[in-house]
Amino acid sequence: MILWQTLRFAVGGLAANKVRSALTMLGVLIGVASVILLLAVGNGSSVAVKDSITSLGTNSLTVSSGSAAGGARAASSVKKLTVADAKALASDAGASAAIKSVAPVVTTSGTALYGNISYSPGSIVGTYPAYFETSNQKVAKGEYFTNDDVLGSRKVAVLGATTAKQLFDTEDPVGKQIVLGGTPFTVVGVLQAKGGSGFTDPDDVVIAPLPTVQNAFTGFGAVNQILVQAASADTTTAAQSEITRVLLAAHAISDPSKADFRITNQASLLTARESTTKTFTVLLGAVAAISLLVGGIGITNIMLVTVTERTREIGIRKALGAPRAVILGQFLTESTLLSVIGAGLGVAAGMVGSHFSIVGIKPVVIPESVLGAFGIAVAIGLFFGSYPANRAASLRPIDALRHE
Amino acid sequence: MRHVIDKRVPATPVPVIRIRRLTKSYGHGDATVHALRGPDDPETGEPQGVSLDIEQGDFVAVMGSSGSGKSTLMNILGCLDVPTSGRYLLDGVDVGHLDEQQLSLVRNRKIGFVFQSFNLIPRTTALSQVELPLAYAGVRASERRRRALAALSLVGLGERSGHKPNELSGGQQQRVAVARALVTAPAMLLADEPTGNLDSRSTEEVLGLIDGLNATGRTVVLITHEDEVARHAKRVLRLVDGQIVSDIRQAPVEGPPPALHDLGVPA
Repeated sequence: MILWQTLRFAVGGLAANKVRSALTMLGVLIGVASVILLLAVGNGSSVAVKDSITSLGTNSLTVSSGSAAGGARAASSVKKLTVADAKALASDAGASAAIKSVAPVVTTSGTALYGNISYSPGSIVGTYPAYFETSNQKVAKGEYFTNDDVLGSRKVAVLGATTAKQLFDTEDPVGKQIVLGGTPFTVVGVLQAKGGSGFTDPDDVVIAPLPTVQNAFTGFGAVNQILVQAASADTTTAAQSEITRVLLAAHAISDPSKADFRITNQASLLTARESTTKTFTVLLGAVAAISLLVGGIGITNIMLVTVTERTREIGIRKALGAPRAVILGQFLTESTLLSVIGAGLGVAAGMVGSHFSIVGIKPVVIPESVLGAFGIAVAIGLFFGSYPANRAASLRPIDALRHE
Repeated sequence: MRHVIDKRVPATPVPVIRIRRLTKSYGHGDATVHALRGPDDPETGEPQGVSLDIEQGDFVAVMGSSGSGKSTLMNILGCLDVPTSGRYLLDGVDVGHLDEQQLSLVRNRKIGFVFQSFNLIPRTTALSQVELPLAYAGVRASERRRRALAALSLVGLGERSGHKPNELSGGQQQRVAVARALVTAPAMLLADEPTGNLDSRSTEEVLGLIDGLNATGRTVVLITHEDEVARHAKRVLRLVDGQIVSDIRQAPVEGPPPALHDLGVPA
């Protein structure tokens, strides 16, 4: 009964100063919405990283040249990786169960032409067919190139989804001729889109047989990387030591600490990136939490103004016999109402906002963040409202009545 | 034969208000101002405080110029302010020993206030205004509504129960305040210059209401500086510099207040 009355007075009090109440609620709204939205963005980016871990294939290892101790301190002594190294690994793969397949990779860039359309793909990759499986590239249209194509240095190419779209738009690229760096290539397949997880588009690529690319662009020297696929995710460590052993022998290095190559594990790389996105999420959350706090201080501020403005009314109520608890309850209800309505609208705004992609990241709402932000906002209303409410309740009736 | 000796105090009614040696001062040291002081002690020169009894059913007007201490007296009688020293018994209860919670109960149950500036709550309908003290007393909604409507029709505002203060004239606002003061059936009605802000016609209306309430046995303490208003009272106290300088009875405690008496109700 008195509860209903209190609620009615609180609504009346808020309605009496509509603009002020709305602005205060806006503060809470922004706080809650930003908590939900920013955490969703952070979460969305870590979900994207997780997806790309699976899309890259968790059991692939990349061997690249360079000292493991970092830097090119002994640059002259660093032996580049060569096709011979890849062949040594491949012949070992037959003996060892840890390594499933080996693909040397050269990467270059150039311009692709189709008819009068010219486009520069993100990268032009020359490799072996094993590359497709190792890097989890699936063909959407047409075929992969084959080992025969590699042996015959045939001028064939598989396009990434983005490159295909740029060059051919809606046309079917399979069987068409494109010109890469002055050399005509026949398109044999188009890869499935993987989707970008960050700043580089993995679909913006042209993949061709290794000798063809070496012939047309890089020359028959070193390769950039050797992509090795471990037999399974569990054997990556065994595969890693196997690669080390074979390559040390091939490069005639006796001390493993002086190795002139590096082995990176895609999965561990991405795990590191995932932990970065976690830090990013925490930072975003902290910024949002601060804005929620500022919203709370807004409530205190407005409630203090309200108490001062209504001191006389408080005096009248006390003269009529309102107990301390009723006055306290009335102002607390008012401040809590502000925060509840503000938080409710903030949740709605956050949910609506999370349907749009923000800086290329599709936000994924964390359900706990919605409950948490709402709960914290309401608690803030109670906490920050309690100071002004207490001040109102402990006014002496005579002082309150005399207040002008 | 056995003699029964009755040692009980003879059944004289307990006064509604009994104050003894009450003082109220503001400030410290040389700057002390005694708003209520009473006569000075002939030996020490210290204020002795004000003592006063008000009987059940009396209609007392407290007169004095501004600064005479009449408002201070009224605030203490209404439990809105606490005296510096002395005792105040309201309906036989020593108010000085009550805590904040009990004082709000006393204000709610025993005292009805009417202020010079009406002191209605803004943006609230007349009905809600009158229901408010009942709500604080914990009366059920339907009962509250019934009693509030009855009080409003008693002051002649039955049709205006849905109006807010800014939709009512000064006289009507004060009548709402009177309805609010009497709805809890308090022991005493305290009116602080209730007609100070009203035109003469509204003044007559409001004083008529107060006369009527007193005629039905309600104790009334009214503060004023107008002789016209004081004429309605049965007893007139005059305050000067925190002392009661005169105490004149205009009509007996029993019976109607003088204004109604004059209207041709023969004694």
